[in-house]
Amino acid sequence: MKYEAVIGLEIHCELKTKTKIFCGCATGFGAEQNTHVCPVCLGLPGVLPTINRRVVEFGIKAGLATNCTINKYSKFDRKNYYYPDLPKNWQTSQYDLPIAEHGWVDIDVEGEKKRIRLTRIHMEEDAGKLVHSGNTIKDSASSNVDYNRTGVPLLEIVSEPDLRSAEEARAYMEKIKAIMEYIDVSNCRMEEGNLRADINVSLRPVGTTELGTRTEMKNINSFKSLVEAIEYEIERQTEVLEDGGHIIQETRTFDPARGITLSMRSKENAHDYRYMPEPDLPPIVTTEEEIEKFRSELPELPDARRARLEKEYGLSDYDAGILTGSRAMAEYFDAVIATGADAKLAANWIMGDLSKNLNAESITIEKSPVEAKRLGEMILLIMKNTISGKIAKKVFQEMWTSKDAPAKIVEDKGLVQITDTAAIEGIVDEVIAKNEKAVADYKGGNKKAIGALVGQVMKGSKGKANPQMVNELLAKKLQ
Amino acid sequence: MKLYEKTAHELHDLLTAKEITATELAEDVFSRVDAVEGEVQAYLTLTRDEALEQAKTVDARIAKGEKLPFLAGIPGAIKDNICTKGTRTTCASKILEHFVPPYDAAVMEKLAKESPVLVGKANLDEFAMGGSTENSAYQKTHNPHDLSKVPGGSSGGSAAAVAAGTAIWALGSDTGGSIRQPASFCGIVGLKPTYGRVSRYGLVAYASSLDQIGPLTRDVRDAANLMNIIAGHDPMDSTSSSAAVPDYTKALTGDVKGLKIGLPKEYFVEGLDSEVETAVRKAVEDFRAMGAEMKEITLPHTKYAISTYYLIAPAEAATNLERYDGVSYGERIDGADLVEMMTNTRTELFGEEVKRRIMIGNYALSAGYYDAYYLKALKVRTLIQQDYMEAFKSVDVILAPTAPTPAFGIGEMVSDPLKMYLQDVCTVPLNLAGIPGLTLPCGVSSAGLPIGLQIIGKPLGEETILGAAYAYEESHDYKNKIAAVGGEKA
Repeated sequence: MKYEAVIGLEIHCELKTKTKIFCGCATGFGAEQNTHVCPVCLGLPGVLPTINRRVVEFGIKAGLATNCTINKYSKFDRKNYYYPDLPKNWQTSQYDLPIAEHGWVDIDVEGEKKRIRLTRIHMEEDAGKLVHSGNTIKDSASSNVDYNRTGVPLLEIVSEPDLRSAEEARAYMEKIKAIMEYIDVSNCRMEEGNLRADINVSLRPVGTTELGTRTEMKNINSFKSLVEAIEYEIERQTEVLEDGGHIIQETRTFDPARGITLSMRSKENAHDYRYMPEPDLPPIVTTEEEIEKFRSELPELPDARRARLEKEYGLSDYDAGILTGSRAMAEYFDAVIATGADAKLAANWIMGDLSKNLNAESITIEKSPVEAKRLGEMILLIMKNTISGKIAKKVFQEMWTSKDAPAKIVEDKGLVQITDTAAIEGIVDEVIAKNEKAVADYKGGNKKAIGALVGQVMKGSKGKANPQMVNELLAKKLQ
Repeated sequence: MKLYEKTAHELHDLLTAKEITATELAEDVFSRVDAVEGEVQAYLTLTRDEALEQAKTVDARIAKGEKLPFLAGIPGAIKDNICTKGTRTTCASKILEHFVPPYDAAVMEKLAKESPVLVGKANLDEFAMGGSTENSAYQKTHNPHDLSKVPGGSSGGSAAAVAAGTAIWALGSDTGGSIRQPASFCGIVGLKPTYGRVSRYGLVAYASSLDQIGPLTRDVRDAANLMNIIAGHDPMDSTSSSAAVPDYTKALTGDVKGLKIGLPKEYFVEGLDSEVETAVRKAVEDFRAMGAEMKEITLPHTKYAISTYYLIAPAEAATNLERYDGVSYGERIDGADLVEMMTNTRTELFGEEVKRRIMIGNYALSAGYYDAYYLKALKVRTLIQQDYMEAFKSVDVILAPTAPTPAFGIGEMVSDPLKMYLQDVCTVPLNLAGIPGLTLPCGVSSAGLPIGLQIIGKPLGEETILGAAYAYEESHDYKNKIAAVGGEKA
């Protein structure tokens, strides 16, 4: 039997507010343990929460940017469960009236557009962090709790089970990440846990509509793990089903080192969170005017930007998709263009040499040693025929290591393109004289033979001759 | 008359006139503590040294000729579920036996501006759950008027201290009657303000949507003055009202001519002690004689109030009390692993009544029961609110008994929680509706126990009920009767 995977994602997105969701403590990452705490986020007896209005604003903006309906009457609820990283032993979250519902985003997988529906977006507080004395909880004599993260605001973005493969899930999460970056509500630094996903995976026979039993993988915090966890889980579930077994509904943990998922909880019964409306926070009432104000503050979103790049610069849909796929990439591209550089050249250089180098060294584009302005300057040198495209590759590598301005590199290394007809003509004559066979071939009708001659001229000029002029001069002289 | 027998406003005048010093006053109150606290047991923690220091500071201000705030130098008690920075706050629970808050409740910050003298932290039913103060994990407080009787609860320590002369005033909290019923049992004035009138920040939560801090005092004027100090919006409490705070003493005119008073028939039914009924009906007649207009009203959903309350309050309590798990503060009973530690801690350190309400609350919130219990209770709560709003279209205040009986005997009801819950019948509906209620003495039973009259007001109608109460108090002689503890001569 052939199976189809049914995948849904719950993405937790940490918001970049200065202060926590219910108190005035700072939200910064990496501070000394238990320094960003106060009676409120420590859940001391007698404290009360107060809502950070920025969180509501960010929630509404995230909803608008993902085509959700904004609930004008929304409320917080207590989600009760005992865990030591949760000082009150309930998480203040949203249950039946989330801030936003019924949205969608479009993703591209293998050139196909697909619409993924969003169930809801709700606001909630993050929990603290357990710090074990040993490597794992099992071999620790004791554990401490760091409450710095307790009360950091989160959006939970829940998709419908519309995803069918690891690649779709990846494309979806990339899209959500890009949107959250564009609207500037989150830093989306996955390595800092700003963006984490809980994945639900089930299988069903192709052609059927009933959902199979699902498993859940929690706290996936890289695209690599997302893909590996889903692929592994699909394979595992397929094997179980093909062997005539049943999938157990459970939470599984993904081990990135081994690339496998493992059963985490032995108990199959679902948690009863005993949700209760939060009596200490009044309902969140949002007016049409506020919604429209937030809508007007939204920047150009990835899909719109992509369409604009195609239209304005004649870029291909694929290229435009890549260049707008993250806010940092799009901003880099814009900054290159701002120097006056040609858009197609800019696109090629960003997607080519720059991306190759970034990937090779695992650097994000924000930290690229070659700044956008420098790349723009280099492209301008190409456009002005100061250097050829081939020389530019050398200049680029030089810029990558030295961070010097391209003009300086060109000058220091004497890489200026030869555009002096007399100088090129001298080399051309020399090459024609030395390559009788190629010349004869060309004259005999094998027009391709000119390639070898061009190569010789370029070599003779140490790559600095303007290739177009070389071609023209050769063609003229061989007539 | 001894100093400890006076009202706060009388003492304020004496201090201002330099007829007494704050130190003399504090020493007098503490000598009263030494004399009767052993029998009354109103306090869980006495802060004598700090109190005498506070008194000295006030005397220095008097010497400098400063104008004194109302409460400056006047000794008072704070219910031990209100957080006091640096002074342990136990909620009368073993689980917080050594808990010293690192912060002050909002009301404590407001009080601090007045430089009062704090005698100590007053006993209560554990986490304010109860109506007799017998649920304290530490001690039973005795009614100063009859040591064999309970002082009421849960603010039983606060009420007993004011009635015994070991505090001139006190703060309590009222979730279902916890200020009014003990005030009534102890023969003093108690006011539960409108929900949101006084900040709850720093009040250890029992049932968040019902809890409210309020004053327990010797007379109505003191209650009005205390309201002037503690009422008002607090940005730390999102449920606090932003309505302006009036000068409540301005409402004390003594005039009730034309005041429209409603009498709800649902409050004069079975279970109501005949002496209580007689006293309350007499009070109603007295109001009429003073020129008020009477009207029979109906509050048809009153009969559901107790059931509604005992779903909503335990549900909120069940979550509010989840934080006491032995992890980062409070007491801990160790176990082999985390779950066992939490289980041991909560099993051994919570009292029976607290555990009972946690069980009821969790049951009501459980999947499959939520709609039938909790959600249904919320709907009935709305109906109860609407009853009052309907009634207040035609009346200004509502008169009712505060408690169905005078103080009952210690141990009399502990084995019958349901009977104990019925004690709240006259007080609980106000909390569900969020409206204010005041109790003041309106008689004495044949056994010599005080009887309380409850005056119920519209939302933010504290001025009206204080005004009505003042008029009644001025024309009667029940005011400020300090109990003769254990047969002594007061």
